[in-house]
Amino acid sequence: MSAPARDIRRSAAGPVLSARDLHTWFELRQWGFLRVGSVRAVDGVNFELQAGEAVAFVGESGCGKSSLARTLLGLHQPTRGEVIFEGRSLGTLDARERKTYLARVGFVQQDPYGALPPFMDVRRILHEPLIVHGVRNRAEREKRAREALEEVRLSPPDDFLSKFPHMLSGGQQQRVVIARALILRPAMIIADEPVSMLDASVRVEILQLLRSIQTNHGLTLAFITHDLSTVRHFAERIFVMYAGRIVEQAPVNELLNHPQHPYTQALLGAISDPDPDNALQMREVPPGEPPSLLKPPAGCRFHPRCNRMIPGTCDQEDPPEFEPRNGHHTACWLYR
Amino acid sequence: MRPLLDGLRRMGRYPSALVGLAIIFALVGTAVFTVVTIPYGQALELWRGGDVWRMHPVNARPAWVDRIAGSNLPRTIVVSSDDAVIEEEPFVGGNRLRIPLEFDFDYDGFPSELNLFLTSSHTEREPFVRLTWETPDGRELNLGGRRPAREERVSISQDWELERRLGRVPHVGLFAAEPEGDGPPEVIGGRYRLVVDAITFEADARVDADLVVYGRVHGLAGTDHQRRDLMVALLWGIPVALAFGLLAAVGTTVTTLVIAAAGVWYGGWVDAVIQRLTEVNIILPMLPILVMVGTLYSTSIWVMLGVVIALGIFSAGIKMYRAMLLPIRESPYIEAAKAYGAGNARIILRYMIPRILPVLIPTFVTLIPTFVFLEASLALLGLGDPVLPTWGKVMNDAQTQSALYHGFYYWVLSPAALLMLTGLGFAMLGFALDRIFNPRLRTM
Amino acid sequence: MASEPLLRVEDLRLHYRSGNGVVRALDGVSFDIRRNEALVVLGESGCGKSTLAKALMRLLPRNVQHFSGNLLVDGVETMGFSEERFRREVRWVRISMVMQAAMNALNPVIRVGEQVAEPLRVHRGWSARQARERTAEVFGLVGISADFLQRYPFELSGGMRQRAVLAMALVTEPDLVIMDEPTSALDVLTQASIMNALKRIKQELGTSFILITHDISTSSEIAERVALMYAGQLVEFADAKDFFGEPAHPYSKLLMASVPRLHQEETPVHIPGQPPNLLDPPEGCRFAERCPSRFDRCDRDPETFRIGNRRTVRCWLHAAGSRV
Ligand SMILES: Nc1ncnc2c1ncn2[C@@H]1O[C@H](COP(=O)(O)OP(=O)(O)OP(=O)(O)O)[C@@H](O)[C@H]1O
Ligand SMILES: Nc1ncnc2c1ncn2[C@@H]1O[C@H](COP(=O)(O)OP(=O)(O)OP(=O)(O)O)[C@@H](O)[C@H]1O
Ligand code: SF4
Ligand code: SF4
Ligand SMILES: [Mg+2]
Ligand SMILES: [Mg+2]
Repeated sequence: MSAPARDIRRSAAGPVLSARDLHTWFELRQWGFLRVGSVRAVDGVNFELQAGEAVAFVGESGCGKSSLARTLLGLHQPTRGEVIFEGRSLGTLDARERKTYLARVGFVQQDPYGALPPFMDVRRILHEPLIVHGVRNRAEREKRAREALEEVRLSPPDDFLSKFPHMLSGGQQQRVVIARALILRPAMIIADEPVSMLDASVRVEILQLLRSIQTNHGLTLAFITHDLSTVRHFAERIFVMYAGRIVEQAPVNELLNHPQHPYTQALLGAISDPDPDNALQMREVPPGEPPSLLKPPAGCRFHPRCNRMIPGTCDQEDPPEFEPRNGHHTACWLYR
Repeated sequence: MRPLLDGLRRMGRYPSALVGLAIIFALVGTAVFTVVTIPYGQALELWRGGDVWRMHPVNARPAWVDRIAGSNLPRTIVVSSDDAVIEEEPFVGGNRLRIPLEFDFDYDGFPSELNLFLTSSHTEREPFVRLTWETPDGRELNLGGRRPAREERVSISQDWELERRLGRVPHVGLFAAEPEGDGPPEVIGGRYRLVVDAITFEADARVDADLVVYGRVHGLAGTDHQRRDLMVALLWGIPVALAFGLLAAVGTTVTTLVIAAAGVWYGGWVDAVIQRLTEVNIILPMLPILVMVGTLYSTSIWVMLGVVIALGIFSAGIKMYRAMLLPIRESPYIEAAKAYGAGNARIILRYMIPRILPVLIPTFVTLIPTFVFLEASLALLGLGDPVLPTWGKVMNDAQTQSALYHGFYYWVLSPAALLMLTGLGFAMLGFALDRIFNPRLRTM
Repeated sequence: MASEPLLRVEDLRLHYRSGNGVVRALDGVSFDIRRNEALVVLGESGCGKSTLAKALMRLLPRNVQHFSGNLLVDGVETMGFSEERFRREVRWVRISMVMQAAMNALNPVIRVGEQVAEPLRVHRGWSARQARERTAEVFGLVGISADFLQRYPFELSGGMRQRAVLAMALVTEPDLVIMDEPTSALDVLTQASIMNALKRIKQELGTSFILITHDISTSSEIAERVALMYAGQLVEFADAKDFFGEPAHPYSKLLMASVPRLHQEETPVHIPGQPPNLLDPPEGCRFAERCPSRFDRCDRDPETFRIGNRRTVRCWLHAAGSRV
């Protein structure tokens, strides 16, 4: 990537990536044309990521985590709001700049096997992004492929370059996916549940790998997960999402030790550490299920399940973001 | 393309694949041999018919039929004056020639025809020629005299006057013993001789004669009503059929695949248009359209190929490929490719299509013979290419000449057998490949 | 004999035939489970957990090469039972099962209620009405409103479908329910509430559970006994209190250290290496290649030793204990 890369290179300080009032709605149609409504997968998300930090987005299935990731990557057009990368809004980039942006942001997906084309060998898989970005010189591509494999500790690279995905274990496949995300030397990596499809025994390993790459290269890492128990060890800041929105954000320890939002509290309360005493008591679980994103409840989206709901307020008005503790933000009327 | 290679390696375990491959290789080998030994231009020339074939019998069976039946039917014998001992007796202003055309005839049947081809090199005055037939049992028959033009064909078989004299068609009467009663004629074996006595009226004029005793069997394939050796058509039918089948299969598969993939990828109205076109096209009957094009426009094989491909593009295949490609469009690796900036064309050609290629190969292989059959059917309907020798054309000729009614089974059977062999070869390979590449079938 | 366990398994072996040889997926497993007890079977992917479940239910795939051992239900040996007798007296009558990913295997075109009532109709021969009433009761038990009886699977969320297949295992009031990874695909809150339902059912109905999972944290929600499997064998079998508090087998120790915990500062440590290939498992201890405490004796297949009253460990380090 030559000239255009400089255009959107980091402009001094300030956030690397930020989302402003981001909305991604999917139109739901019946029989192909009748509009029956919109799935509000991302519904008013704001955040700023600083260069070099590792953040985690946590939330239940269907709360819009993947939709957010895809919107950040420009794979979905935001319905409203904007994504700003290094000072420029994605919407204003022309085709070449967009391509450069894609090189600056790596993507690691959930299902490693699905994320690798089964008919390409590892060499080809790693060369592809380079070819797409105009690295004509084969030797140069090969060199970078080897570097990337070393980086994800698949060494010696020669053992892996000519293997096909199905010949690799899940963990190795996910390493190849990470190597592919790294090969364009991005400034940031978005990892959408990078370990949830992997065997429990290799999850920790992959997360440690991601984290060490992130710190070694000073990358920004946005790590999406539904597993709060891993977050503490692999991220610095946490965003808790519920029904398309961020309901709480804080540094890891702050959030785990002083959860403010009733949803976060419920989430933390439901997570068990291996302890034989667990069997002796029931866990407190909020009733019901997350709301439909087609017709989210009015007011606070958690209010039908919240045991501290303030009638007249929570069920009518959207809670804005409050900062009950220093650097700890939450969207809940309790902290008005 | 590892799955492909793996698949091909596994083919060794399927005997039917190997048999199919052997048949296909044999066909391809013969096709190459044919094209090299009988070049295209020459093949067309031969198939146009006419004088090239004057030395060949009409509707002769293949020689192997005779062998199988255990009979000893006559082959064609050509006796040329070049090989004869000619007596020459010059006189003032002319020349007297005696050309004895001798041959041994040892067959169980009568020839199918008897012709004499005379060539005279006179400039103004024709020579005079008198013909005498001598049989092994010492009889001499006067076949009359004539004044031949420069190139003259003396159709002894059609000499009505002679036929009346012999009481039989000449090519039977001349080879038969004296008729006794009403019994069937009997062949006399031995040395026959046709003596051509010629008197030329120019000092340096010459007369050459070729006697053709037409047999009843000919070559490996026999001949048709125009004396053409069917071998030409049977051999040339191979490259034509293979080329037509392959080109049509490649043409339809590749375009269909790319269009289906583009429809799936772009979705929206592109997809809708492709789908509607396909639905309309599927209910259009292919054969009648081809017949129309053939009758109203041209029966050239290239035109037909074009129409077949054009009609085949928006075929039911599109629906099948679409169903296979739709989940692939949603697959994470495509999303990953988009996320690192791969363009539309790259995604369609490099990421979507290769994914379904292994599944397509068996379909593709079994598609080839269907196009071969289509071409044959067209020819059978009289819409074959007017100049190319093909299997369909042979069968079409056989049909118009009521070959089966006349007992010329070989005329229909040999092209049909070749068609079936082709179909069998590709089908066996295709089904084996299907089992290799679509493991779901393997367990069944 | 009052102390006869509900189910006793002795030296259970189940080997599969495969293209590359014999997969020794279950290679000599013994344990027992008492009434109203919850046993958790832990282990990495591919160690034979699902195979164990299938063997207990005698739901064998076609490519079984070898199946042996003893399976005593209330002290009665059932291995000799004919398939028909096993179906009539054991399967879904005494022991029922929630298969791995069963929630995704519901028939999409049949109403959930009918599918859940199926075992009653097949194994008990109940009328449709009787079955419906009982199903509604069980739905209440697992925490789904009876309205859902009339719905189709796709109209239910993942958590609801998981509860439905659990209900299906419970309708016939078996003594033992085997659940293969029942909550692995679900969210934390849903997981927690299903675990709550299991605890309640266990209290109210006195059912025994075998919970098969690789999720150690969630398993602790119900576990009274823990069986840890490695490469087709049982390496440790102990009370949950002992297992979680003080794992004995080297593998158990490493495994416990690799669990990410919410309330713990140290980062979890992964276990290097990979489990052995079950096509050709090593001669000696199957964990030897990854074991930090390996010593010369480990070249021989370790015996199972008993420590104290209620714990067995398959490791030479514990040779001081009595042999089993
Ligand atoms: N392309 C799409 N068209 C329509 N609806 C969509 C699309 N993508 C996602 N959705 C819907 O948006 C909502 C959020 O989905 P998303 O995949 O972002 O959730 P998630 O938090 O990543 O869940 P999971 O943890 O299951 O991956 C869901 O209700 C989903 O059905
Ligand atoms: N029907 C079968 N034929 C051949 N091999 C099998 C069969 N079923 C399972 N296996 C093999 O047996 C071993 C144990 O499989 P099993 O499904 O019992 O593991 P598991 O512990 O349940 O794993 P997971 O946690 O992934 O469900 C694996 O190596 C697997 O590949
Ligand atoms: S805003 Fe109200 S309903 Fe929402 S989480 Fe806070 S207290 Fe509960
Ligand atoms: S037997 Fe030896 S190798 Fe196996 S777990 Fe025990 S100490 Fe480790
Ligand atoms: Mg997701
Ligand atoms: Mg399993």
